[in-house]
Amino acid sequence: MNERLKTAKGRYWKAQLRCVGTLLMLWFLVSFGAGILLRDWLDVNFPSVGSAPFGFWMAQQGSIIVFVILLIVYAGWMARIEARLDEEGGSR
Amino acid sequence: MSQDAYNYLFIGLSFALYIGIAIRQRAASTQEYYTAGGGVSPFANGMATAADWMSAATFISMAGSLAIGGYDGSRFLMGWTGGFVLLTVLMVPFLRKFGKATVPDFIGDRYYSKAARLVAVICAIFICLTYIMGQMRGVGLVFSQLFGIEIATGVIVGGAIVFFYAGLGGMKGITYTQVAQYCVMAFAYTIPAIFIAIALTNNFIPQLGFIGDYTAGEQAVPFLEKLNKINTDLGFTKYTDGSMAKIDMFCVTAALMCGTAGLPHVIVRFFTVKNVKAVRTSACWTLAFIAVIYLTAPTIGAFSRVNLISNLNEKKYEETPQWFRDFEKTGQMAWVDKNADGKIQYWGAGKSESGKSGKVFEGKPRFHNDERGASGERLLSNQIVTDSPNELYFGNDVMVMANPHMAGLPKWAIALLMAGCIAAALSTAAGLLLVLSTSISHDLMKKIIKPDLSDQEEIKYARLASLGALLVAVWFGINPPSTFVAKTVAFAFGLAASSFFPTLLMGIFSRRMNKEGAIAGMIAGIGFTLSYIIYFQFMGGTPDQYLYDISPEGIGFLGMLINFAVSGLVASFTPAPPPEVTELVDSVRYPGGEETAAQGH
Repeated sequence: MNERLKTAKGRYWKAQLRCVGTLLMLWFLVSFGAGILLRDWLDVNFPSVGSAPFGFWMAQQGSIIVFVILLIVYAGWMARIEARLDEEGGSR
Repeated sequence: MSQDAYNYLFIGLSFALYIGIAIRQRAASTQEYYTAGGGVSPFANGMATAADWMSAATFISMAGSLAIGGYDGSRFLMGWTGGFVLLTVLMVPFLRKFGKATVPDFIGDRYYSKAARLVAVICAIFICLTYIMGQMRGVGLVFSQLFGIEIATGVIVGGAIVFFYAGLGGMKGITYTQVAQYCVMAFAYTIPAIFIAIALTNNFIPQLGFIGDYTAGEQAVPFLEKLNKINTDLGFTKYTDGSMAKIDMFCVTAALMCGTAGLPHVIVRFFTVKNVKAVRTSACWTLAFIAVIYLTAPTIGAFSRVNLISNLNEKKYEETPQWFRDFEKTGQMAWVDKNADGKIQYWGAGKSESGKSGKVFEGKPRFHNDERGASGERLLSNQIVTDSPNELYFGNDVMVMANPHMAGLPKWAIALLMAGCIAAALSTAAGLLLVLSTSISHDLMKKIIKPDLSDQEEIKYARLASLGALLVAVWFGINPPSTFVAKTVAFAFGLAASSFFPTLLMGIFSRRMNKEGAIAGMIAGIGFTLSYIIYFQFMGGTPDQYLYDISPEGIGFLGMLINFAVSGLVASFTPAPPPEVTELVDSVRYPGGEETAAQGH
């Protein structure tokens, strides 16, 4: 393995960790955060979604919608990171 | 046409479809048997995975637990979808890159030892068996409902059908059957919801009706406020508040999420697509398909609670609708006239002088043959709970099936729902059975006991193993550890969360993790979780003995932390893994070359 490829791969791994880390932070925020830990506070202090209190709605509907979006972002983001690795010397 | 005729027609047609597909797509090689040859399109795989993933627990039980628990039921919603995010970003792309057929394969190679592989096989067997019990129970429930037979007979009939086509088709057959099953499930779940949403909220999108106005009464009021009021009037906590302890809620959700990411039968699904990129696209499709059903579940739960209460509460037995007596006949609903006023009272803890929760009687209903009480109800031989005024018993599992009856839907919609329930249970049971049989034939027989096994013999062992596994599952389906399908399944997740999830995660993200650490961690994690569950489910532990208020469903989360801690500790004073293993870890982290890796097995 040459040096250039090695640094490209190192960068690839770091970029991937950044991507996964960011998405998992959001994942935690919407489910455990909004749906459980802060639920009662959000129910009272945030505007309701229709007639549903905010925290309750996040737990039953909102978090699921966010999860789907997270996975779409993940697929797109990783495709970009991989394209960059290919440009920088690639692995195939 | 009668209801029975419709049921037979819909279920017969769907079975003909599944079996037709299974025969057409019969697996010829081990490669096709285990991973469908690795050439399924991301879209089709997404649909198949969604069907595989959504079990009888989701389909039958989840809406029921939402109806009963209100906000508390969210743990299933978030746990089972959120876990999919974990699975996708932390697990499957890397395991797919590794390219072998099973999860114990990865653990065996990554932790360079037969012992680690053996522990992984044992964990896989435990997880799948626990999970499949829940499915068999679900199949049994549906069949008993359909033909008016005992649940036990229903479980046996279901088992025979699952064996027939899972053993036959292997992964290839199962994948395409599951695509068909997803379609049946999606229609069966959403169509009744749409009808009910129109009836109750005048909105044909259930999710909007759920947060909109209740219009079936004299004047329009916000639906959830109406439901909260119904609940508090009857002495229950508010629907949108629930009553679970926050820490338990957190732990159960976390155990379900991490368990999802460690479930061998879901991970294996992603070995059927072409490459890592396809894995990611496929995961998007899967979660989108799952979301269609998961976003509908809370609406079904809430709607059916309103319907149930308006249909039964304060009604005389002879005034109750026919479906109530049908469910009473199969033992899924029961009524004890505690105050002898001849009317059904469905009351929560708030209505009782002792403040105790609304249990009607101890344990699951046992009837005195067909003896009838003063109002014509079936008499029970259970110990009646006298300090709670609640008189109406119903299993969580019954809600989805009773739902279309309560709403007075057309017969074909009820038949479709039945077909959907069966599709849900069958698709998951088949997927699990496949992983079980693979674990035994491939990981245990070929890789550990008898390395010179030929392809043909391996498939033979796989089919044999699935028969054995099924017999065990049927037995437990008849004598389940918990009468409630979703709960039985939650245990499987706890076991997966405490064994596979941490071990796989460290196998990918830590170069330093070695075999000693992994083995010790898996044993400690699953050992702790299993003993906690067994203590409280089978040995009569009571809720006030819970560790930090955590129920057995959520203990997998603690088991997972123990696994991490023990692994890290043991690994820190045992030798680092050999260089070829570090190379393996590096190779799964970077893309490229996976098309060839898949053939290497």
